[in-house]
Amino acid sequence: MIAAGAGGAAPGAGMAQGGTVLELRDLHVRIVSRQGTVRAVDGVSFDVAAGEALGLVGESGSGKSMTLRAVLGVLPPEARVTSGEILLDGVNLVTRPQSELNRIRGRKMSMIFQEPMSALNPVMRVGWQIAEGPQVQLGFSRARAAERALELMRRVGIPDPERRFRAYPHEFSGGMRQRVMIAIALSCDPEIILCDEPTTALDVTIQDQILRLLARLCRESGVSLVFVTHDLPVVAQICQRVAVMYGAQLVESGAVADVLLNPWHPYTRGLVRSAPDFDYVRESLVPIPGAPPSLINPPPGCRFHPRCEFAEEDCRVSETPLRLLPGGRATACLHYERCMDAAAADRAARA
Amino acid sequence: MTAADGAGPEGLLAAHGVAVYFPVGSQVMARVQGEERRLRAVDGVDLDIRPGEALALVGESGSGKSTLALALCGLRPVDAGDITLNGKVVGARRSPADRRRVQMVFQDPYSSLNPRLTVGGVLRELLRVHHVVPRGQVSAESKRLLSLVGLPEEAVGAYPRQFSGGQRQRIAIARALALRPEVLIADEPVSALDVSVQATILNLLASLRAELGLSLLLISHNLAVVRHLCDRVAVMYLGRIVEVAPTEELFSEPQHPYTRALLAAIPRLAAGALDAEAPAITGDPPSPLRIPSGCRFRTRCPIAQPRCEEEDPELTSAAQAPEHLAACHFAFEPVPPAGTGLARAGDQA
Amino acid sequence: MSAIPLTPEPGLPGAVPPSAAAPGARAERREGQRVRRWYNQPALMIGIGITAIFLAAAIAGPLISPYDPNAQNLNATLLGPSAHHLLGTDQLGRDVFTRLLYGTRLDLRIAFIAVLFPFTLGITLGSLAGYFGGWVDTVVMRVVDVVVAFPFYVLLIALVFVLGPGERSIYIAITLVGWVSYARIIRGEILVAKRQDYILAAQSGGLGSARIMRRHLLPNVITQAIIYSMSDIVQDIVAIVTLGYFGLGVPPPTADLGSMINDGQNFLSTHWQLTTFPGLVVVLVGLGLSLIGDGLADILRPGQA
Repeated sequence: MIAAGAGGAAPGAGMAQGGTVLELRDLHVRIVSRQGTVRAVDGVSFDVAAGEALGLVGESGSGKSMTLRAVLGVLPPEARVTSGEILLDGVNLVTRPQSELNRIRGRKMSMIFQEPMSALNPVMRVGWQIAEGPQVQLGFSRARAAERALELMRRVGIPDPERRFRAYPHEFSGGMRQRVMIAIALSCDPEIILCDEPTTALDVTIQDQILRLLARLCRESGVSLVFVTHDLPVVAQICQRVAVMYGAQLVESGAVADVLLNPWHPYTRGLVRSAPDFDYVRESLVPIPGAPPSLINPPPGCRFHPRCEFAEEDCRVSETPLRLLPGGRATACLHYERCMDAAAADRAARA
Repeated sequence: MTAADGAGPEGLLAAHGVAVYFPVGSQVMARVQGEERRLRAVDGVDLDIRPGEALALVGESGSGKSTLALALCGLRPVDAGDITLNGKVVGARRSPADRRRVQMVFQDPYSSLNPRLTVGGVLRELLRVHHVVPRGQVSAESKRLLSLVGLPEEAVGAYPRQFSGGQRQRIAIARALALRPEVLIADEPVSALDVSVQATILNLLASLRAELGLSLLLISHNLAVVRHLCDRVAVMYLGRIVEVAPTEELFSEPQHPYTRALLAAIPRLAAGALDAEAPAITGDPPSPLRIPSGCRFRTRCPIAQPRCEEEDPELTSAAQAPEHLAACHFAFEPVPPAGTGLARAGDQA
Repeated sequence: MSAIPLTPEPGLPGAVPPSAAAPGARAERREGQRVRRWYNQPALMIGIGITAIFLAAAIAGPLISPYDPNAQNLNATLLGPSAHHLLGTDQLGRDVFTRLLYGTRLDLRIAFIAVLFPFTLGITLGSLAGYFGGWVDTVVMRVVDVVVAFPFYVLLIALVFVLGPGERSIYIAITLVGWVSYARIIRGEILVAKRQDYILAAQSGGLGSARIMRRHLLPNVITQAIIYSMSDIVQDIVAIVTLGYFGLGVPPPTADLGSMINDGQNFLSTHWQLTTFPGLVVVLVGLGLSLIGDGLADILRPGQA
């Protein structure tokens, strides 16, 4: 409950105390298309603890957005969850009927999108869009919901909320619209907020504001985040743990500092080495050769092997599930030690 | 707005007091009411691009950087000031010879190639119209251009839709190079591409610069990319250049509060989680339709003083750093006491 | 502004799988990109079928029927359908079936030719207006406004009246009235298309305006005009028939569907075939062409299903 006026930190109502809020077990999402069946999410498992921010990193076609949509239950019509479980507070969402899902969505779980202009209703006043959730999901009266909306607007840093309550989305700047979306996402006091590239379309200084806002809100209200992005430094700023996706599968996960500074999968290492890093200017950037795999006909064995410099015979043949390793890390690479050594060499070269 | 030391060095391609306005609403009514109803996208810019250098033009949305680029490339007429090529004034109507010297690569690889023409068709047309090479060699030259950007020969017969985003950008670069320009303007050339593909395009731009001795004007919002690729950086805010300096000097000793804010806002890989301290800069940029009086950055500036509301600072340099220009009343001086958290941004190595 | 990654998810419907190998590899047709299987479109096939029948009949007219459409035989007037005269004879003893064939031939020919002039004129003016903007645009659009202010038939009939009867007048009149729709369509498309980066690129490449309009803009915007021209042919057929009905079309005794309808209406109760069959031809040809237009629109429609 957002304590009215108290401004203190308090865990959200009904939250699993220190437990796992969201857990995905071997999720598979398929899309039927003209060219064949697309394996958009192919056996993804991870969990998010209460109050934790998990980053989901990957490039286009990795399946990260599809995963998020599957969790929220807003897959495009051609896509279906074909197997696996999505457990929210222990309840499997995959088997629940739509009516129940509608109650859960927005109440326990909400989402922030990349493009606020298309996610907000252009003909509805902003204040009422924020108030809608509490009215519908929590049964608040109009007056109480409006009050809640005003409070949320203050919390997310929208100046002059009484006046801006009655404004329309197009009267706001990009950063402000994103704050509105965050307010909507918080309106029913959810346990977890799914974020689909929320800052990609924003200017750097506005992104900075929004990321800090999210970090602060996370800490204050204890809400968990799943933060999808392709931007590695952004993940480093806001998440505690990160999972890397490639070819519709998870290839690595662990604490952010570990994974990004000391990658144990060649793809992660490739990502880190190919992205220009402000703090370390390389002679020349090292791109990852080749192209992302087809999701209709993925390569056998490890999906990254055609592009991997450490690939060996078994990489072309064996399945590569995510393997748990000491230190809370996991990797799908069969020869991750070689990657570890290469990463260490990278670090030495930087010094 | 001119540089404080009079006419600057005549670069290869230069802007002198350039302004570009977009009319907003009825101009007749504006005149009747005595108001100014125009959006000052570029509001008095002096900039020069020197032979062989890579200059970055950095700014956020509303800064006018893309508009300035279009004006420099001759794709948009200017409302005030001049664009010069080696000192000679050129406008939006340029002779073919002048056109050839400045070419542009656009941000969106999916709309920058004509879907109805093959790659070879695009290149051949340019080569023929400008007589870049004799007729008989057009085909060979097309293939050479493609290999210059790392695409196979067979690409000549293919249509843009058969290529990925990164490959399309290469085609766009090949097209820009077909006319053998002296200046290549790249407007956010990698923003629309995947991270791992960006590296190939950036490396390509760097190597082409080295091989062909091109000047490069890189427009980007990504300071990491800028740091990797460019020799000098110009920072734009609301239609003006607020700071220009050699790259490393800009990043280590920024003199304008906006530059410091930009640097502080960059997400860092090694930084670790954000503490919820104050963001690099608060609030939203003012609307370009209502540019603040005096210094246009003063509404968000942590060190704004009463003077800033009245006097519009000019780009000045200091004696010890003649190549470094900043448009702030307090540039090259110790930061006034009112400036708090932002001063530290300049300490980054 | 920080960018939005625009690369579509490979493998999803509508996405282009990045060609890892040489791009000369077989082109992967994007869904929603031009040319879906045209022979799978039922509307299109039926439309083509119907139209083809009438076109064939029209072209082969003189070969099918032995009679001269204008040969009068006052001894054999108003005969009913028989083996000699498939649809009987009219009030002047002329074979109705033959006149029907020749009339269709004439009217279709005029309609197909007539649509070309407004098409060309409209596209030219619309391109100039859209591309250059400014006063060119203002002038052209004001003229469009004036033409559009008059109902189509009022203007058409007035023009034919002034110009006198005959084929040439029909072409002139239809051109002067019909170009506006094409101009508007093309102008609208060009206003959007000219903002595309590849047009800016062509301009920066020093290509002249004429070349840009011809080679870069038009091929990308002309599909809407082509689709519209299908319905325009139908409109032209109806217009020509209407003019003929009012006696303003091709002068008698030439066989013409409109005048046939007019002539036959006095005998509607006794010899209904004199009026009805010409009318049916108009309806069916119109239907066929409209179906083709629909089918084309489906195929050439840009974007996703």
